[in-house]
Amino acid sequence: MRKFDTKVQYLKYKVLREVARQAWNDTLLENVLEIPKTIVPGKTSTMRCCVYKERAILAERVKIAMGGDKENSNIIEVIDIACDECPAAGYEVTDSCRGCLAHRCEDVCKRGAISFDHNHVAHIDKTKCVECGQCANVCPYSAIVNRKRPCQVACKVKAISINTDNAASIDNGKCIQCGACVYQCPFGAITDKSYILNVVDLIKKSNGNQKYKVYAMVAPSVSSQFTYAKLGQVITGLKELGFYTVIEAALGADMVAVAESRELAEKGFLTSSCCPAFVAYIKSAFPGLVEHISHNPSPMAALAKYVKGIDPGAKVVFIGPCTAKKAEAQLESVKPYVDAVLTFEELQALFDSRDIDITALEEGVLDNASYFGRIFARSGGLSDAVAQGLKEQNLEFDLKAVPCNGIEACRMALLKKSKNVLDGNFIEGMACIGGCIGGAGCLTHGEKNKAEVDKYGREAFEKTISDAVSVLK
Amino acid sequence: MKITVCIGSSCHIKGSRQVVEQLQYLIAENSLGDKVELGGTFCMGKCQQGVCVTVDDSFYSVTPETVESFFKKEVLAKV
Repeated sequence: MRKFDTKVQYLKYKVLREVARQAWNDTLLENVLEIPKTIVPGKTSTMRCCVYKERAILAERVKIAMGGDKENSNIIEVIDIACDECPAAGYEVTDSCRGCLAHRCEDVCKRGAISFDHNHVAHIDKTKCVECGQCANVCPYSAIVNRKRPCQVACKVKAISINTDNAASIDNGKCIQCGACVYQCPFGAITDKSYILNVVDLIKKSNGNQKYKVYAMVAPSVSSQFTYAKLGQVITGLKELGFYTVIEAALGADMVAVAESRELAEKGFLTSSCCPAFVAYIKSAFPGLVEHISHNPSPMAALAKYVKGIDPGAKVVFIGPCTAKKAEAQLESVKPYVDAVLTFEELQALFDSRDIDITALEEGVLDNASYFGRIFARSGGLSDAVAQGLKEQNLEFDLKAVPCNGIEACRMALLKKSKNVLDGNFIEGMACIGGCIGGAGCLTHGEKNKAEVDKYGREAFEKTISDAVSVLK
Repeated sequence: MKITVCIGSSCHIKGSRQVVEQLQYLIAENSLGDKVELGGTFCMGKCQQGVCVTVDDSFYSVTPETVESFFKKEVLAKV
């Protein structure tokens, strides 16, 4: 039973679980300083140079689990002392260079950056090198390596640089809060602020949902998560935690599919607005294309607004794979509807903070949305849903969707659009590879996740978007 | 008069969509649009008795098969 992809996630989980456990018991304030020692007891270090550094870093993790630095508006934070200052020299020749005769590296280098010493060993002149990587590709001994920091490799929007202390530093103006660096940093030095305490507080103060009702809105990518249990058990687990009921964000996706296809038919060109990281990217990198962003709220915001319409005192907690959703929930346009955002990682911590073993629970039901709303969770799903929305509403429009899988693909499509050479009229932008199932807040990322989402989609009680949204009168 | 139909997961599977659609049809057919307000809600906490429906504050258990007689008895007769 493997709950997480990496030990970094497991460590983060342990901190979240302890913080939540103390919060449920109303003992967080008195015990907060003890949490690092609870997680790393004894005198023998297991991760870093000594237990004292481990605990110092854990103390920082505790702060972030409790909401993090209020002065920093970015959801994504760097823990300076956890950053291992990885090598970042770029292309370098290693001692695997045999000093051969062929000199393919020299021939392929258009910049003349390669020279040879008296032992015929290659050297790269950093003042000439443009990091194209051709030399590394042609070396038969794989003797040339690219030393780049995993965070910088992960960050395709180039928001991460190295500060004067040699630690990673995030440019908030460029960062889209997708969490790619959070998932990739092997030292767990970059992490997302948590609002797990807000959720505990919302549930506790609801007085068993008497004072107000707390709704859990679950993203469709949940179908690829908690694979050690049944989805129905996750639903029951949420109710055990104290949520009033569980609803599918996918119903919001159905609502969006209807409105998005209508807006597209009217305007002739749109970029999607479901993925908050993609929207943030257009705003920061392609301000000229902002006018084309769909005016529809995201599925999360659309459904939360509906919930508050029928139950004005309600509190809505969105639970999904996404760190950028935490930022979206803070936008003025979304804030009134979404009270808190949790990731699947945080939900696992929340279950365990109350010692809820979901595998021992009865299976609850979750069924509000259609096949099309549910497949929003994977790349290409939104495009399929918009095509279906056009069809169901008998809208005459020749859809040419450009599903962009990951932020690099998004960049290519936006670049083409900005130069008016894009062959398409609807850009589906998903910042994470695979779509939401590749989100940084997922417990696990696997090859089968897309198939799981499609299977979950097919299990939907309603087969068409119109049927799913027809209840919303 | 306000009719609220549960559209939560459990009632949805038991046919709340059909109940909503039939009620919409019956309200329109009897020209009660200005007298009867139809709304949805997620879960009334009585999932075993779904499809859960309330008329003002009274609770009823309705199915797609019984919606018409429910409408005659509890809505049309009282409105």
